Amino acid sequence: MVAMKPGRRFLEFVVVVMVTMAGATAAEISVSCGAVGRELELCRSGAEAWAGSTGNEVRVVTAPSATNERLALYQQLLAARAPDVDVFQIDVIWPGILGNHFVDLGDRFRGQRQAFFPEMVANNTVDGRLVAIPWFASVGMLYYRKDLLDKHRLEVPGTWAELKETARKIQAAERESGNTKIWGYVWQGRAYEGLTCNALEWIASHGGGTIVDPSGAVTIDNPRAVAALDQAAGWVGTISPRGVLNYAEEDARGVFQSGNAVFMRNWPYAWSLAQAEDSPVRGQVAVAPLPAGGKDGERATTLGGWQLAVSRYSRHPELAADLVRYLTSAAEQRRRAIVAAYIPTRPVLLEDPDVLRENPFFRFVAETLPDAIARPSSVTGSAYNRVSNRTWNAVHGVLAGRTNATAALAKLERDLKRLHRRGGW
Amino acid sequence: MNRPAGEGARVAWMLLAPTLIVLALVAGWPLARTIWFSLTDAHLADLGAARFIGPENYLARDEDGWFGVLADPLWWRAVRNTSVFVIVSVTLETLLGLVIALVLQARFPGRALVRAAVLIPWAIPTIVSAQMWGWMLHDQFGLINDLLMRLGLIGHPLAWTADPGLAMGAVIVADVWKTTPFMALLSLAALQLVPVECLDAARVDGAGAVRTFRHVTLPLILPALTVAVIFRSLDALRIFDLIYVLTPGSEQTMSMSVYARQQLVDFQDVGYGSAASSLLFFFIAACTIGFMVLSRLRPTAGAAR
Repeated sequence: MVAMKPGRRFLEFVVVVMVTMAGATAAEISVSCGAVGRELELCRSGAEAWAGSTGNEVRVVTAPSATNERLALYQQLLAARAPDVDVFQIDVIWPGILGNHFVDLGDRFRGQRQAFFPEMVANNTVDGRLVAIPWFASVGMLYYRKDLLDKHRLEVPGTWAELKETARKIQAAERESGNTKIWGYVWQGRAYEGLTCNALEWIASHGGGTIVDPSGAVTIDNPRAVAALDQAAGWVGTISPRGVLNYAEEDARGVFQSGNAVFMRNWPYAWSLAQAEDSPVRGQVAVAPLPAGGKDGERATTLGGWQLAVSRYSRHPELAADLVRYLTSAAEQRRRAIVAAYIPTRPVLLEDPDVLRENPFFRFVAETLPDAIARPSSVTGSAYNRVSNRTWNAVHGVLAGRTNATAALAKLERDLKRLHRRGGW
Repeated sequence: MNRPAGEGARVAWMLLAPTLIVLALVAGWPLARTIWFSLTDAHLADLGAARFIGPENYLARDEDGWFGVLADPLWWRAVRNTSVFVIVSVTLETLLGLVIALVLQARFPGRALVRAAVLIPWAIPTIVSAQMWGWMLHDQFGLINDLLMRLGLIGHPLAWTADPGLAMGAVIVADVWKTTPFMALLSLAALQLVPVECLDAARVDGAGAVRTFRHVTLPLILPALTVAVIFRSLDALRIFDLIYVLTPGSEQTMSMSVYARQQLVDFQDVGYGSAASSLLFFFIAACTIGFMVLSRLRPTAGAAR
């Protein structure tokens, strides 16, 4: 009775049970999708459309919504060579970590590579093997309440400093007039991968580099990065609730969509949800590129996005590859873009009039996408997890006020350099 | 201390054999393997390629200074977090459990129903109750903040799970809510065994309720209560799920199990993670031995009094 606590193997167990049940019949393909926003619903409807037209069956396996937790789960499944999941939805930062477990799709997608963004195809090519097909892209964006900005006659901020000022003014004025729950800015401050994405945007927009540069050198300890973190730490408790230190994407959206925040940093998936029938802020939301670091700074957005890969341990690799081909096809990506604002990985769809009518902000996405900042996952390879973990913990410490940016980044640089020396990458 | 000799010993060993074999298989083998892995550079992606590297995962030194689990400040923070969690939560659970048990001991209408209802928090899986507490403690739309604000106890919503100063408190509150029924149940079982004659005798001697409890009931239930506290402490030392769900990723509440899991699963570093797991095992083993020694000493001390 004392030993009732499910241990670290619990999640693994649940998934194994789920996928074992899922693998009951022969021509059944299991696909593991994300579950943030409407991801799962769209994945299921797409996969079922494929199943209906080909006479196969699909099972959709859900995974944790935090990307680093999902990676841990996938790593366990793949290390055990489990044949139970055929198609994996993988993050833009994982090809280097998981690539060996996936089938080379190069031959099966011969002649189709040019239809995708070349940066994404390059990202998914490990040692000459095309291990995953880009499914949807993602960039960090600034969501704002255009009704509130209009009401207080304020412009969309172009720099982080302007954002703080605008947020502070509206928050103060709104609270004055009785809207006591309003906050200026919500984002992702929990100690997880999402914080690394947010921090990279702050740091890169100040010209502070990308933590580890493309040659593998650690560059995080520099005055611009310190300035960026000091600035962000100044938001916590002033324009952002202290609770932001435990917010992931959906927590931030919960606050913004219930009308309790002026600005939000989030991925494109939040657009169609904020504009849905049942959204309290429907029709009052607009999006803009994230602010620049300063007068001489630039705008920076972290490249996100998800790929589909076929497991080497799949019993039906051909069928699984066919499902991937269907889900990444122009028609299916177009449907996903129109229904739920998932950014297509085929440039031609970003010029499609129907897609643009539904998602006006795709215009600036098309501009920012090629310049989006990649996390240092290619150069650090399988050590990326540790690099990101050390980064988000250091940043979290600064935001929570446990340490200051100068000390935290100096320590982070020492830690990463040691990791580097000890064969990290 | 008489050892069974000859034939008797053989029969005893034969009778014990199935248990010993099962124990060796389900407990001994995984433990031995974990300790072995802790002495290698094993990586989850390819366990076959593990090389023996000696105690390097625990503690070693190179030109940069010391490294290994024992040189990692985060490990020591996890040790401190776990210790604080165990001491505070087990103390609160024991005290509250005892109070609840005393109430449930009294006769009142509907007692059976209340006794069953008290167990509900214990029956809910930890994952579910942790998520439930996560929502109740949410800084913007959580029930707890709303309640405290209405009562005027706090002026603005508190970020229970995010604020470094509050996060451990939130974890402890959720654990106390969940595990107090367990302590109440064990305390109640102990109370039921107190002979009515002793209590009657105390009353005849003119002792009040407090004195009766202090000098009659408490000494009589103390052995059972001690066992309950030991059980609970050993269980609490392994705390993982509640923290993992309520405050994911936070170093402020990271326990030893969470630390080991991060190394093993997130970083795939089976060698280093196994070293942390082994240290956790040795820590718990040391506590168990400590408790056993203490509980052996106590009856003699009690007899002398």
